[in-house]
Amino acid sequence: MAKQIEQLDRVIIRFAGDSGDGMQLTGDRFTQETASFGNDLSTLPNFPAEIRAPAGTLPGVSSFQLHFADHDIVTPGDAPDVLVAMNPAALKANLGDLPKGATIIVNTDEFTTRSLAKVGYESDPLTDGTLDGFKVSAAGLTSMTVAALTDIDISKKDAQRAKNMFALGLLSWMYNRPTEGTVSFLRSKFARRPEILAANLAAFKAGWNFGETTEDFAVSYEIKPARLPSGTYRNITGNLATAYGLIAGSRRSGLPLFLGSYPITPASDILHELSRHKRFGVRTFQAEDEIAGVGAALGASFGGSLGVTTTSGPGMVLKQEAVGLAVMTELPLVVVDVQRAGPSTGMPTKTEQTDLLMALYGRNGESPVPVVAPSSPADCFDTAVEAVRLAVEYRTPVIMLSDGYLANGSEPWRLPRVSELPTIDPGFATEANGPDGTFLPYLRDEETLARPWAVPGTPGLEHRIGGIEKHAETGDISYTPSNHDLMVRTRQAKIDAIARSLPPLEVSDPTGDARVLVLGWGGTYGSITAAVRRVRRSGGRVAQAHLRHLNPFPADLGEVLRRYDRVVVPEINLGQLALLLRGRFMVDVIGYNKVRGLPFKAEELASVVQEVIDRD
Amino acid sequence: MTENPNGARNGHSGHVAASAGLRLVPTTDTVYKMKDFKSDQEVRWCPGCGDYAILAAFQSFLPRLGIPRENIVMVSGIGCSSRFPYYLSTYGMHSIHGRAPAIATGLAASRPDLSVWVITGDGDGLSIGGNHLIHALRRNVNINILLFNNRIYGLTKGQYSPTSETGKVTKSSPAGSLDHPFNPVSLALGAEAGFVARTVDSDRAHLTSVLRAAADHPGASFVEIYQNCPIFNDDAFEPLKEPSSRDLRLLRMEHGEPLRLGPDRGVVAGDFGGLEVADVAEVGEDRLIRHDAHREDPGYAFALSRLDRPAFEHVPIGVFRDVRRPVYDELLNEQIEDARAEHGDGDLEALLAGGDTWTVE
Repeated sequence: MAKQIEQLDRVIIRFAGDSGDGMQLTGDRFTQETASFGNDLSTLPNFPAEIRAPAGTLPGVSSFQLHFADHDIVTPGDAPDVLVAMNPAALKANLGDLPKGATIIVNTDEFTTRSLAKVGYESDPLTDGTLDGFKVSAAGLTSMTVAALTDIDISKKDAQRAKNMFALGLLSWMYNRPTEGTVSFLRSKFARRPEILAANLAAFKAGWNFGETTEDFAVSYEIKPARLPSGTYRNITGNLATAYGLIAGSRRSGLPLFLGSYPITPASDILHELSRHKRFGVRTFQAEDEIAGVGAALGASFGGSLGVTTTSGPGMVLKQEAVGLAVMTELPLVVVDVQRAGPSTGMPTKTEQTDLLMALYGRNGESPVPVVAPSSPADCFDTAVEAVRLAVEYRTPVIMLSDGYLANGSEPWRLPRVSELPTIDPGFATEANGPDGTFLPYLRDEETLARPWAVPGTPGLEHRIGGIEKHAETGDISYTPSNHDLMVRTRQAKIDAIARSLPPLEVSDPTGDARVLVLGWGGTYGSITAAVRRVRRSGGRVAQAHLRHLNPFPADLGEVLRRYDRVVVPEINLGQLALLLRGRFMVDVIGYNKVRGLPFKAEELASVVQEVIDRD
Repeated sequence: MTENPNGARNGHSGHVAASAGLRLVPTTDTVYKMKDFKSDQEVRWCPGCGDYAILAAFQSFLPRLGIPRENIVMVSGIGCSSRFPYYLSTYGMHSIHGRAPAIATGLAASRPDLSVWVITGDGDGLSIGGNHLIHALRRNVNINILLFNNRIYGLTKGQYSPTSETGKVTKSSPAGSLDHPFNPVSLALGAEAGFVARTVDSDRAHLTSVLRAAADHPGASFVEIYQNCPIFNDDAFEPLKEPSSRDLRLLRMEHGEPLRLGPDRGVVAGDFGGLEVADVAEVGEDRLIRHDAHREDPGYAFALSRLDRPAFEHVPIGVFRDVRRPVYDELLNEQIEDARAEHGDGDLEALLAGGDTWTVE
């Protein structure tokens, strides 16, 4: 008998289990199915830094949250409507995030006395009333998986490991997801291990069939495709979009990409991705340390490549010395800092926005550097292209501040046409520019203040550069006081001049009479946008703007700020942008700061914004 | 510079391999002179500094490489020796303390058509930059590293360095330094550098021959140059320069020749794979080791490098090791060429549209 299908406009699902349970893969597959179905979506993977924390413990819980809808959404969602808990630890770690009425699907096979005790449950939460008020579907996912695989010649352990595919099959049935993508994914992933492939396919199918036949699930759900702007889409994470943006920047500038990098969470995936694209002339160099990574990138830039280095906070501090040299030698360099919770090692897999002031001011001397920040996973692509543009055209290191949430989170991305991407002109120097055929390596372009970039191999333009202060035109060593003052100001003026190439700050203010502005930067765009929408839905009038350029700011930022009675600045730090805005524009912005290693919740931000609107 | 009547000033001859170490670097028919490699900058080392002799030897050696001037790049770190690039008319970067091997690695790996030289010192290369040095040697990037060893910090005015002898009294070690020094040659051999040599600032002919051998070596070359600092560590190498003692201490290594030390002594096999110096009359001429710089196993060269203890007793100079190993930058560029040969040049539009896509009308 066909089951009832209920229409929903959006759902938030969280898959949670042990680090070894394959929850990230499960979430990723469900995401791909959802993307190919055409829903809008946003994801939030959340996992421990340890590769395999002790099994069954709270620190070992790994989860993957997915928000999908038939309309435009911008965050992975505040609170899950559905929790899939593969063991007691996953239940305990996530229960607090669930609103009453949420659906909980638990794998009862793991609810043994021993497993319960491991996480401090004195009695079984499935029966002791802990889950009152939730819709609980309790099923032996592991045992059903093993039972479904009896005909396949694999060990019991391998059979049990397929339980994540059983869960995926069940959820795919519940939400009417297309399954072809997962089937072909499994076929290619396990092409060389036919028995494991058979097990995973059988488990996936068994999970689907279980949903269809069991009376536990009377209803399945349908979320219609979202009405997104027309175009071709794919789902993309921030790190992948960053890697593609860098390759696009390389192509659009005609400069071969050289990545010098050292593995670090959560940035390593950019290194992994770029190392696969040798056909694009991409050279990747896994250096002995963070310092050598950026050093090699700068050396490659000196030779006429697009030098890039990728890292996270603990590596960023080490790279600042070489960034300073790039400021002084005025060579292009793109530095991607995928921010994570600090200080020091902090929480490697958790997100934060705490490197802004380090990016701007964390070097010795007056050392101005353009800083850009993407606002969503897909926006990492455009922001990386912009970083390349600034680096190449202004001969400067550029810092791109991504973060752990953007890096691993994903969303649909409308593919750009390559021809619509900006062209970037490296404008290599090929001829002498000084008197008597001499070459003056610091004689600047009047418009951009960029110096000529003459690469080794160019006859007649041999010159020496370095970290010592240099004469304003010849580039020769100079300790003359007035020359140093001139050079300090000129380096600053060059970065300031970038603002002339930036579009005016986009401000969203549908009613046109908002008195409160919410201003954010970087990875908080989704949370802030969702919060602003909530406020507006309930009749609140609020304007919103989001900064991609943190240095220099858009030229009209000060004027925008002064247009509003109050400006709220939410940041996942203790007020770094707020400090800059107050210092720069003397506007007493209202900071909202939480540093929990997680994105803001939209509901929380909405109440903050509403509270500011209601002041008077 | 002399114009080549048959071509433009920089008319590369198209064929390469004037030097085996620089197979991908173009050659030129331009005949350079020493003055063509002098920059217009005033040299600012202290009077009597060993760096002057090294600079002069280097400037006179470069024309013999047959490489266009614009394809030569000097990269240095921080310290007295690291001012070297300013005084040459090639491309150059005076970088940051200790990082020159890393910067040169990126340059050489992305530009196989360049002849890249790293100029460093005992503080720059072995203290703050020790890590980059050993990794550049391990990887075997096609760069030539010249380490000027004066066994002292010069530019910071006289603190002990990682090659200073233990007990050295300096401004920062008034009661004598406690550190055990590095032997730079032993260190380079420990990193399995394919080319390791030592020479002395005051011996122009020897210095030039070692530079040439370093340039000819494909992959990373490491050359320790004993260099006198007349201000903070004068006469540090005096036992090796003083005519009455030098021939008894300097062991001039020549590939294929017996290792002799002055008229009466030579190097023979010792215990546990080591080497020792013996009286030739006692042990017999045929027990002398014939120098073999091409031995795969770095153990022999390492044993040679230990002969200098204690305190310059016997100091080998010349090429310790000259062994061909796979060159990092050649392999890196091969991977790119192979990928392009197999799959064609990358198509950006196709890359972006890879994976599962869907269309919204």
